[in-house]
Amino acid sequence: MGKTIAEKIFVAHLRDTPTAENVILDIDVVMCHEITTPIAITDLEARGMDRVFDTSKIKAVIDHVTPAKDSKTATQGKILRDWARRHKILDFFDIGANGVCHALFPEKGFIRPGNTVIMGDSHTCTHGAFGAFAAGVGTTDLEVGILKGVCSFRTPETMRITITGNLQDGVSAKDVILFIIRELTVNGATDKVMEFVGPVVDALSMEARMTLCNMAIEAGATCGICLPDRVTAKYLWPFIKDQYASIDLAVEDFSKWHSDPDAAYAQELTIDVSKLAPQVTFGYKPDEVKDVTEMEGTPVDQVYIGSCTNGRIEDLRAASRILKGRKIAVNVRGILSPATPKVYSQALEEGLIAIFMEAGFCVTNPTCGACLGMSNGVLAEGEICASTTNRNFNGRMGKGGIVHLMSPLTAAATAVQGHITDPRNLL
Amino acid sequence: MKKFGGKALFLDRNDINTDEIIPAKYLTENTKMALQPFILEDLKLGGFDPRKDIEGKGVIITRANFGCGSSREHAVWVFEVNDINVVIAESFARIFRQNMYNCGMLAIELPKEDIETLFSLGEAVRIGVDLAACTLTAQGDKKAVIPFRLNEFDKKLVEAGGWLAYADKNY
Repeated sequence: MGKTIAEKIFVAHLRDTPTAENVILDIDVVMCHEITTPIAITDLEARGMDRVFDTSKIKAVIDHVTPAKDSKTATQGKILRDWARRHKILDFFDIGANGVCHALFPEKGFIRPGNTVIMGDSHTCTHGAFGAFAAGVGTTDLEVGILKGVCSFRTPETMRITITGNLQDGVSAKDVILFIIRELTVNGATDKVMEFVGPVVDALSMEARMTLCNMAIEAGATCGICLPDRVTAKYLWPFIKDQYASIDLAVEDFSKWHSDPDAAYAQELTIDVSKLAPQVTFGYKPDEVKDVTEMEGTPVDQVYIGSCTNGRIEDLRAASRILKGRKIAVNVRGILSPATPKVYSQALEEGLIAIFMEAGFCVTNPTCGACLGMSNGVLAEGEICASTTNRNFNGRMGKGGIVHLMSPLTAAATAVQGHITDPRNLL
Repeated sequence: MKKFGGKALFLDRNDINTDEIIPAKYLTENTKMALQPFILEDLKLGGFDPRKDIEGKGVIITRANFGCGSSREHAVWVFEVNDINVVIAESFARIFRQNMYNCGMLAIELPKEDIETLFSLGEAVRIGVDLAACTLTAQGDKKAVIPFRLNEFDKKLVEAGGWLAYADKNY
């Protein structure tokens, strides 16, 4: 019997099998940020176990609230910073070099096909875009990861999602994943790996694949995963060029991780996206999704473009297509947070920042802030935000606020009109 | 090992998420105890008042996909510091369930019919947990004894007092 990509990665990293249902894996990359790591650090210190298993395999960033907004967040940053210095963790990204973890770490080439990756952050599933097994974990798992380089998982089942057809202009990976969550519900992929395959996925860029995998957790999945191919190899080439004589050889090597033709899947789903309209959430769950045409006219107070879902350069380019030469509505506050310093400077060079600013957007430094209502764009009671982020939970972007999730194109069109708008009419 | 059991708090809804259990704005706290007053602050559930309904409770009984959303272990700690060490549900989100066992706490999954039975016992229900026998004893208007399945590995974590202690000994 053949194996899925997730099963192959599990076999290659197996440390222990305490029961038939549970496995302990060796972890290749342990990623840390300043919200969930400090309590792990202080707990390790209190236990007299302030050690790290391998400094080269630990990556850390201050990204959720940066610059610090108050004494408490300053302390969280300080605990992480002091710890990174104390242990000589070279891949530590502080202010000036920091950005949203799930955009920054891939950009640095830290994630490779076949890797196991954990972080104290549920959107760690993003990194499955590289053909890695990447899972969000709690602080205790993170703590053990830092100390021992292992993590426990239940033996995974995989759901294969085949995406076929042709995306219309104005419809993007964000719309595809929102539609998939709409179909599966927020509990539809719990304890499963979502393997995304098919011609549409093959044609997606790494950035779009990251958007797809990023929201796998919103259907309950442990990880979203794409098969590593030429697109992956080209993206990683600056980091792997000393390892492979050519891109062709890298592609060939990556293919060893591909699921076998006779691999067993717990569930199969095929989605034809040719008629897919831009998708928008309503309510307080990410599976409460409608076609944009059903949501048109809903007024908004704020439009937020950024986050680990949609704060990358291609997202900014997409929004700029709509914003160029237009102004956002007078009743709307527009906020752009490029996800990393590289995205920010590239957007400056390409003239995108000017387009956003001329349209009336405020441009902030890279940070997660507004997405979870911590800083840089918190909503007031009763306010409505059109957002390119990943969660519309009650109170997510501020107590009593309402969030409508959508693509950067739809968010830009909504900013221009002041109410939810089909971007296809403005292209 | 922690103490398991006590008066039940019924949360009659599917998909209760981590942001409802503990909003992100409190994740800037650097101690678990500081989370205590904010338990279930943003829960969307008619008639529920966290200031009154938490008092004296030791067990949560709820529906499907409890704890979905964020990876924040704060959603487990906020129960721990309120002396709630057991959550019984039809199903759990993966990270929440693992965080519970990692802290040496119980996330018990029961079939839908058993959850219905628990909800039918009235408002004042006391839950006893027998770990060795893997049974729950629920005393409300009536009494119900319900068996549950505990994964062997999870059981070891509970006995060890959590994943860190277990991992330090074994790996």
